Amino acid sequence: MATNTLNLPEQEYMLPGNRACAGCSVGIVFRHMSKALDGKAIFVVPASCFTVLCGMYPTASVQVPVMNSVFPGTAACASGIAASLKKQGRDDLTVVAMAGDGGTADIGMQGLSGAAERNANVFFVCYDNEAYMNTGTQRSSLTPLGAKTTTTPAKGKMQFAKDLPAIVEAHDIPYIATASPGYPGDLYDKVCTARGISGTRFMHINAPCPPGWQFPTAETVAMAQLAVETGAFILFEIMDGKFQLTGKSLALADKDNRQPVRKFIELQSRFGVLDEETLARLQERVDERWRKAVARHRAEE
Amino acid sequence: MGQTRHCKQKTAMSWPCVGEAGRTGDWRTLRPVVDPEKCVAARKGKIVCMQCWMFCPDNVISRTAPPEIDMEYCKGCGVCVQVCPSQAIEMRPEHAEDVAASTKEEASCDR
Repeated sequence: MATNTLNLPEQEYMLPGNRACAGCSVGIVFRHMSKALDGKAIFVVPASCFTVLCGMYPTASVQVPVMNSVFPGTAACASGIAASLKKQGRDDLTVVAMAGDGGTADIGMQGLSGAAERNANVFFVCYDNEAYMNTGTQRSSLTPLGAKTTTTPAKGKMQFAKDLPAIVEAHDIPYIATASPGYPGDLYDKVCTARGISGTRFMHINAPCPPGWQFPTAETVAMAQLAVETGAFILFEIMDGKFQLTGKSLALADKDNRQPVRKFIELQSRFGVLDEETLARLQERVDERWRKAVARHRAEE
Repeated sequence: MGQTRHCKQKTAMSWPCVGEAGRTGDWRTLRPVVDPEKCVAARKGKIVCMQCWMFCPDNVISRTAPPEIDMEYCKGCGVCVQVCPSQAIEMRPEHAEDVAASTKEEASCDR
């Protein structure tokens, strides 16, 4: 049975009064991830918003061991911890590398690629808030086309975002998934699945950011759900090469009632500089990715 | 919360503590108020719905009927208002005297 609100565990591993911004989706992501891991995990975190949430010495707001690593070394550091645990015979712990989009797709890419190639026993999680939010919203390679950041202030970003899960998939690792804080049950189930697999596992999580995306703090969950409902973010999992849409994306593919991407981006002020032509390009890209995902799902069903 | 500086420890490591960033309830300009007449869990007196608990980014809403919000640390983001299916939570303006009344001395660890 799929996990829902009422059968989610009650035990919490994140403490209130942490340093994250009001309405930060990383809080929702971490809460449900740590529940799925039963707190039996070692987190490796580079410079990122999650480091800020974890807190400053001598206090921490998470009740799991966290090791702060250098920006490009997240996956390497996690591989080392996994190797050490193997030597000690500790197979009850999951090593989780949790990095932002910059720490995964830009600076941490070589580390991740190396770990995936060695098939290190690491669960790499990328929470994608689509820019370097922690340092004040600088453009990253996962920032979408047309989004205004402090380093693309005039016309917004001129390039599309990388297809990160596809890059990671090319390493032929056992498990890849995407998840959204708008659907915590789906996120929880995927983390549980990943926990039971050994080898490199990768998860890409969409993480709406109120100050960076410039929307009201109350809309965090609505924004995460809209990203999925419009197809701008697709929920799927790839288990041993078999691609399957999951949760809300599967329901959308069956009913074919996806909303236009305009509904998702008009609520975010960072797209205030977007012209109609760019919006059409963005919609086209979303449609194309969606068509490919649905076709692959049907072919591998 | 207990001691935050374990001086007997030999290594420099952080310890879990509620209120790591201080009383984050001070960040609030609007406070969430649950209407027990509208809240399904409060009306039925049992654990149902719980959307506010599940989606709270700061883990300040309890999994109880009715749900209780820890005003000491609630940052007032309003996610609970938005996710509530029966519109039982509303944001009301924060008053300085309410903050003073709800602030407990012993609850914070950065004394």
